[in-house]
Amino acid sequence: MPLSTRGLFALTWLETKIFLREPLGAIGSMVVPVLAFLVLGRALPRTVPLTATPYAGLLAPGGVPVLVSILIANSAVLSLVAIISIYREGGILKRLRATPLRPPTILTAHVLVKLLLTAVTMALMTLVGRRYFSPGVDVPVISFAIALLIGTWSILSIGFVIASIVPTARFAQPIGAFILYPMIGLSGLFAPLSAFPPALRTVARLLPMTYVVSLLGGIWRGEGWLAHLGDIGALVVAFVVCTALSSRVFRWE
Amino acid sequence: MAATCGRSVIHVEHIRKSYGTLRAVDEISLDVYEGEIFGLIGPNGAGKTTTMECVEGIRTPDSGTITVLGLDPFRDVYQLQERIGVQLQQAQLQKRIKVWEAVHLWASLYKRKTASGEQLLEQLGLADKRDAWFMTLSGGQKQRLFIALALINDPEVVFLDELTTGLDPQARRAIWDLVRGIRDRGKTVFMTTHLMEEAERLCDRVAIIERGRIIDVDTPERLVVKNCPQRTVVLATDDSGAAEAFGRIPRLDSVTRADARFMLHGSGEEFVTDVIQCLSDNHVRVTDFRTVLPTLEDVFLKLTGHSIRE
Repeated sequence: MPLSTRGLFALTWLETKIFLREPLGAIGSMVVPVLAFLVLGRALPRTVPLTATPYAGLLAPGGVPVLVSILIANSAVLSLVAIISIYREGGILKRLRATPLRPPTILTAHVLVKLLLTAVTMALMTLVGRRYFSPGVDVPVISFAIALLIGTWSILSIGFVIASIVPTARFAQPIGAFILYPMIGLSGLFAPLSAFPPALRTVARLLPMTYVVSLLGGIWRGEGWLAHLGDIGALVVAFVVCTALSSRVFRWE
Repeated sequence: MAATCGRSVIHVEHIRKSYGTLRAVDEISLDVYEGEIFGLIGPNGAGKTTTMECVEGIRTPDSGTITVLGLDPFRDVYQLQERIGVQLQQAQLQKRIKVWEAVHLWASLYKRKTASGEQLLEQLGLADKRDAWFMTLSGGQKQRLFIALALINDPEVVFLDELTTGLDPQARRAIWDLVRGIRDRGKTVFMTTHLMEEAERLCDRVAIIERGRIIDVDTPERLVVKNCPQRTVVLATDDSGAAEAFGRIPRLDSVTRADARFMLHGSGEEFVTDVIQCLSDNHVRVTDFRTVLPTLEDVFLKLTGHSIRE
């Protein structure tokens, strides 16, 4: 079914406003990651020599920003899962469908809202970072933000698969967290993939979060996009597979 | 009133729809004509909503054909959505969407020239609620908003599914007036209800549906005449010879008596006249007199063997 832009921007703007009207959701998804950034950033030493180890997880340069970025992407996905399941349970999705709106348009609007939210949180994080951490750290902020949006966009497609399988809105957050947090644990952020047993390493290589971490970390350290084409390719594949899967199993009511 | 000779705008032929082993719709055929209020009536779970959602194009029947305004609801769903207005059973909107935002969003979705949203809110008595969040509206206000959304594209056919369920009698009456107003503007209304009174007062024609099948279709009046010829006269008299006189009324089926109150059961249109004739011939003085006519409720009981509430 073709994606129609009619109503897409109206719906995206409206859903953004509606999201901001729920203070807890808005604060939870934007302020909490920024605070985490602040606290973790101050608690961990910031000057680990690059040469100490090729991989140092959280202690590597950019470790904390990458973790916080992952948390931002994560909360966007969990929020998407919650909203979709609440909308389904309340019959809102069905009501929107009984209009000339095409189903992909409805879902795309939600993706855009989440990407917008991710970008704003990222901007907040950058501002806070500038204020509280050593100035002059030369980080490609724009590239990093783009990398984060690519990662979030890919992970959101997993959100749709999760949103397709959760039975009721009550289970949306727990099931979402149950799927997403282990993916973060295995992403190589806390321990390098090379330290994993082979089976676990294979699992980690199949999970898109691993590629998000690799992409974000690389861009933060100033590596070029070309060096991370593999990561981007993996994220595109994850998006295509998850979108195809959710278009088969997605339930509107 | 009943425009039974008008153009058929909805044509349904032999549709079936099953959910697992449950046959929700079993060989339903019907026609809805331009400018009428057509009601599908039956108990919950009879297949009303499934039938209606198939016609709206948001559900696909397993077999059978449907034409709405000359369009196929599945193949031409977006073309059809442009020309129809839909109110779904138990629908919700985003909790924190404002009334005017919903109306504006809906208005932006249609290609055809839309009705004025502000004017609709005015007409539906929602003008002072235009800045209110959906979650703060009362049940009646929510339903009126859904009617506004169903009318925003100035549709040719309006679908209303269990429109007044859960509303208090006053709100219900207000909604009935609105629905009559829709028809008076030349639109066709296809509605479902499990409230017999609602069907009787609102619908030009009704189809009685049970267990996925249509049992009968006609105007409410004709359904009553056809299926329930019984008439009951309730009267009160202290005339001691009355009981004997009543025994001579032709077409009388039975009499029940409680002190001075009599209930005379008979059948046929003539029965009430016969009773009056009898009272007059025998100079029976009555202190109360009324007739009880069968309703759609009785028709339903007669046709299905059980009450719609069971």
